[in-house]
Amino acid sequence: MTALVTRGLTKRYGDVKVVDELDLTVERGELYGFLGPNGAGKTTTIRMALGLIAPSGGEVDLLGERMSLRGRPSCLARTGAMIEEPAFYRFLSGRRNLEVFAKAGGSRQDVRRRLGRIEEMLETVGLTSAATKRVKAYSQGMRQRLGLAAAMLGEPEILVLDEPTNGLDPSGMREIRQLLRRLTDGGTTVFVSSHLLAEVEAVCDRVGVLSRGRLVAEGPPSVLRGAAERVRLDVDDVAKARRVLSAIRGVELSPESELPLRVRLLDEVTAAQVNAALVSAGVAVGALVPERESLEDVFLELVGDGDAQG
Amino acid sequence: MLKVEWIKALRRWRTYLIAAALGGVPFLIVLAVKLSPPTPSASEDAPPFLLQIVHNGLFAPLTGLAVVQPFFMSLALGLFAGDAIAGEAQSGTLRSLLVRPAGRARLVLSKYAAAMTLLGVLLLGVIASGAVFGGIVFGFGPLPTLSGSSLSVAQASLRIFAAGGYILLAAAGITAVGIFVSTLTDSGPGATVATVILAITSQILDNIPSLRTIHAYLPTHGWLAYTDLFRFPVDWAGMRAGLVVSGAYAMVFLAAALLVFGRKDVTA
Repeated sequence: MTALVTRGLTKRYGDVKVVDELDLTVERGELYGFLGPNGAGKTTTIRMALGLIAPSGGEVDLLGERMSLRGRPSCLARTGAMIEEPAFYRFLSGRRNLEVFAKAGGSRQDVRRRLGRIEEMLETVGLTSAATKRVKAYSQGMRQRLGLAAAMLGEPEILVLDEPTNGLDPSGMREIRQLLRRLTDGGTTVFVSSHLLAEVEAVCDRVGVLSRGRLVAEGPPSVLRGAAERVRLDVDDVAKARRVLSAIRGVELSPESELPLRVRLLDEVTAAQVNAALVSAGVAVGALVPERESLEDVFLELVGDGDAQG
Repeated sequence: MLKVEWIKALRRWRTYLIAAALGGVPFLIVLAVKLSPPTPSASEDAPPFLLQIVHNGLFAPLTGLAVVQPFFMSLALGLFAGDAIAGEAQSGTLRSLLVRPAGRARLVLSKYAAAMTLLGVLLLGVIASGAVFGGIVFGFGPLPTLSGSSLSVAQASLRIFAAGGYILLAAAGITAVGIFVSTLTDSGPGATVATVILAITSQILDNIPSLRTIHAYLPTHGWLAYTDLFRFPVDWAGMRAGLVVSGAYAMVFLAAALLVFGRKDVTA
């Protein structure tokens, strides 16, 4: 069964399509990274998925239920969400905030279950000692953690997190990544948006790349990175090397103006074959370094240098 | 849900500030009357019942209600109703509540219920504070009615509570207007101020004689009809009309709030 499906999902503001015919499928139990530069439409998509704003077109199924602004879709009770900056009642303590959110909706059992999990969640995100402080006095990182605790309160089947590591330091980021991994290992579906590649690449099972409201790529991080291998060559005679290599099928040369020389190996060509060809032609090879194309390069290529409108 | 609203209200300073302001009014009135008893000639503009306080402390809660109603109550319902949803939108907590899911209709209705109960408690506070200070300084006695007969202390107390109840119900309409305004904007202070302005404007229009034709349709037109409780026999017509207008405003604007908020894109 799928956790989240969008079909032709569109949001139009005037003439601008913020989200444009988006088809997205997130399977149960998967850690899905929703990647895109700021302004690509990630938050708008998430808001539509959670019934906060109405799509201009298309539809969303969340946990098998059609999303709508009306009523209280029961799928939301089984969803945990953190949208943009987690917001709290600043005049209440961290624990009080969780109580308020625990009581804010769902059935009586839901409320009781959520109330019973408050201490455990505070512990999980490391806020036990700060639980009685007013949120006013929290740092951004602490608010982010409290937001996660609030999202996890209802033991959700799917966790929808919008930029969850914003404002966290590197060790905090790592903790969150590990936490998300643990949750998916426990069967929770996690849908996490980010504009940071490293974050998504390190932890996600599958990544969708959003640019100007459209999904421009989707797949496991390794597949996105591309099958082609890139090799950097340090040679004594670049011109000669280029002549030799351009004769081999399946070898793609970097532009002449670019140094050092790089080749992309397509088809079945191996680095060893390249080396042998060069050496037998009398070109001295100082180094031959395989370079994996980083997801970042792929990303920038896909979204066009990331110059999406703010 | 209502309980949650109470938790929030009771943890904010402003709730206590406005409670202190409202509870302090009868105290100030009693103090002023004690220090400088009003003379009938000098007090044509005085609030209703003020002159009688010197003779009977029971008039203190009534004067308190009369003084609090036009401005402080408008301010309180601005804060409780106007800020209700817009304030949540502004702080960003609205989205968290909605994805809980709190349910949009339920949120609107419990905000309305919370605003009304808060107002009710404040009015009770005004009565209690007036009774305590008035009783201590001037003592209680049978209450003369506006028609010349008199009410026993028990009867009078009952009517004072009835007056408080009427004042609350008469504010039901403008409170619903406040909730409606609150669904239109993401600015808490904006919605609060707009609501206060509407409440006060309605009272001002109600006092302009040349606009008499619209007076009966103003949401605050019936606000002063509770004075009829202190006639003998009680004249119900004014209060009945006041409740009809207030109820009509409540229904129309709650429906509008449900409609607007039910389909609103929550981007805050």
